[in-house]
Amino acid sequence: MTGVELHEGSWHLHTVLDKSPGLRLLADTLVELVDEGHPIVACTADLKYSNGLFRLQEQHPGRFIQFGISEQNMVSAAAGLATTGQLPYVATFASFLALLCCEQIRTDIAYPGLPVRLIGHHAGITLGFYGTSHHATEDLAIMRSLAGLAVVAPADGPALAAAIRATVDHPGPIYFRIGRGRDPEVYAGGIDFELGKAIVHQEGTDLTIFATGSTVHPSLEAAARLRATGLSVGVLDVHTVKPLDADAVLAAAARSARLMTVEEHSVVGGLGGAVAEVLATAGGSPPLHRHGIRDEYALIGPPIHLYRHYRLDADGIVAEAESVLAR
Amino acid sequence: MTAAGAVTAADVELVTEKALLSREETIRLIQIAKVGHFASAFSCAEILAALYYGVMRLRRGEPDWPDRDRFLFGKGHAAAALYPLLVDWGFFDRAILDEYTRVGNPLGDHPDMSRVPGIDFSSGSLGHALSAGLGMALGGRIGGRDFRVFVLLGDGELNEGQVWEAAMGASHHRARNLIAIVDRNEYSLDGKVDDVLGIEPVADKFAAFGWEVHEVDGHDVPALLCLLRGVANDAARARPAVVIARTVKGKGVSFMESELGWHLGYLAPEDEAVALAEIRGTA
Repeated sequence: MTGVELHEGSWHLHTVLDKSPGLRLLADTLVELVDEGHPIVACTADLKYSNGLFRLQEQHPGRFIQFGISEQNMVSAAAGLATTGQLPYVATFASFLALLCCEQIRTDIAYPGLPVRLIGHHAGITLGFYGTSHHATEDLAIMRSLAGLAVVAPADGPALAAAIRATVDHPGPIYFRIGRGRDPEVYAGGIDFELGKAIVHQEGTDLTIFATGSTVHPSLEAAARLRATGLSVGVLDVHTVKPLDADAVLAAAARSARLMTVEEHSVVGGLGGAVAEVLATAGGSPPLHRHGIRDEYALIGPPIHLYRHYRLDADGIVAEAESVLAR
Repeated sequence: MTAAGAVTAADVELVTEKALLSREETIRLIQIAKVGHFASAFSCAEILAALYYGVMRLRRGEPDWPDRDRFLFGKGHAAAALYPLLVDWGFFDRAILDEYTRVGNPLGDHPDMSRVPGIDFSSGSLGHALSAGLGMALGGRIGGRDFRVFVLLGDGELNEGQVWEAAMGASHHRARNLIAIVDRNEYSLDGKVDDVLGIEPVADKFAAFGWEVHEVDGHDVPALLCLLRGVANDAARARPAVVIARTVKGKGVSFMESELGWHLGYLAPEDEAVALAEIRGTA
C-alpha cells in the first residue's frame, strides 16, 4: 500500500540514522575529508544504513564500495586498496570485524602496517537483545594484542569525529570501537583529541576512574555524585586503549588511594587489562578494581537495561566505586 | 573468445629458460633451509616465468613503480620459486638469496611484502590473496591506473570460503583488471584435492560466479604464454578472468611427480644431483 502517512514515532532502516547522531557525524566527517582531498574509500558489508556510510555513497559514489555480506573479503580487499594509495575506512559490526575478521586484520593489515581504518560499530552490548553473536565484549582485548594496530574508543560523536580527523594522516592501521552513535555527549563543546593521550577530566585523591568509550559519560556523572558526598574522585577518558597513555595512568595512580577501570567489555584483556599491565610493571600502585562484563557472555535485553544490570550506568558505577572505597 | 597474444620462438625460449632458473634456484634455496615445498614450486615454474617474462608490465630495478602489474602469490608456500625471478629483475640483491630463511633474512617460506622488494602482497594464510587482489584492482580503478592484477591460487586453496567471497565480489564489481590463475596440480598436503575436499567442476564454479574461464596445460609454454597474454591484453573483457592451469605437482623431477609426499621435504646431496640433472634434461 502506498500513500500511508506514518506516525512520527515509526522508523525504519533508512531513517534510523536520525536516532544516531554519532554515526551521522562519522559519515559526514568522512565526506568532509573526501572533499578536502583525502583518498578515502568507505567499505561496508551490507550495513550502510546501520553505520551511516550511505551518506558518503550519496556524495561520493566512486569512493564507496559495497562488499555485501563478505566481511573477510572486505577486510583483505581493504588491505589491497591501501597498497594502491587509497585510504580505506572499513565499517561493520564490531563483533564481526574483530572476531570473524581477526586473522585478516592481523595478517593483511596490522602486520604490513597498512593505513586501513577499521570501524567496529555497535560494539559492547549495544545490540543487547540481538544476542551474543552480535555482542562484542572481547574486541578490545583481541585488537589490542595485534602488534602495530592502534585501538581507539571515542566517548561520543564529537570525539569520534575529532579522532577520525586527527588520525587521517596516521601512517599505520587503527581500530575504532564505537557504539550505536547514541551516546550522550561528553564533548559537545569540543575535544582536543590526540592519539595516545588520555584526557584528564578531574584529578582525585580517593579514587581515579579510568573509562573508555561509552563508559566515559556515566563515569563522569558517577564521579560528580561521589564528589558531592565529599570524596575526591578523578576521571580519565582513556580513548586510546593502545598505545596506552602510561604516563597518565601512573600519574593518576600516584595521587589516588584507589583505582578503577570501567568498560563496556570483558574485564579480561581490555582497558582493565591494559591498565593493570602498566601498574603491575611499574609496581607500588594502589589496588585496581576492573569493572566491566565479568568473564561471561552477557544477557540479552535492551541496552539501557543491560547497562543497569551490569552496573555500567552512573548508578552502577557509583555503587561499584563505593564498594571499592569501602575495602 | 579472447584474441590470442602473439608469441615468438624467442619468447618461448626466454620463458623456458627462466622456468629452469626457478627450479634450479628452488632446489638451491631449499637446501639452505633444509626443508621446503619442492613440488608446489615446480608445478608453477612455467606460470611464474610466463607472467614475469612474457606478460606482466614491470620495470627492472623498480619494484615500487606505481603502474606495475601486481602479482599476488596465494599459494605462498611456493615462494622459493619466485624469489630468484625477483632477483633477476633487480628488485633485490642476489646475496640475500644465499641466506634464504636464515635468522634475520627477509626471505621465508612464505612471501612477505614488508620485507621483500617485489612482493606485492604477503601470503601464507590461504584464501586471502584473491580478496587482496580484488582490493588492488578496485584501487587501480579508483586511482585511475591501468595496471593488471594477477593472483596465483593453489587448487587446494579453493577450499577456502573467502576465495568465493572474492570471486563473487570481483564479478559483481566487474573487476576486469583482475586475473586469477589456478595451479591445478591436483594435490594438497593430505592427498589428492578431490579426495580431501573436492573442487570440481571448478571451471563451472568460476563461470557460475560470473568469471571468464580458460583452461590450459600449465607446462606448455607456448600455449600458456599465448593464453595469458591474450587474457591480460583483452581490452574488451568486462569481467574478471580465471585461467585454470593443469599442472603436475613436482613437475620435472620424476620421483617427485610420482610420490606426493614431496609437497614438503629435503633432498640429500646425492638426490639433489639427480633432481638437478632431471630438470636440466641431462639425466
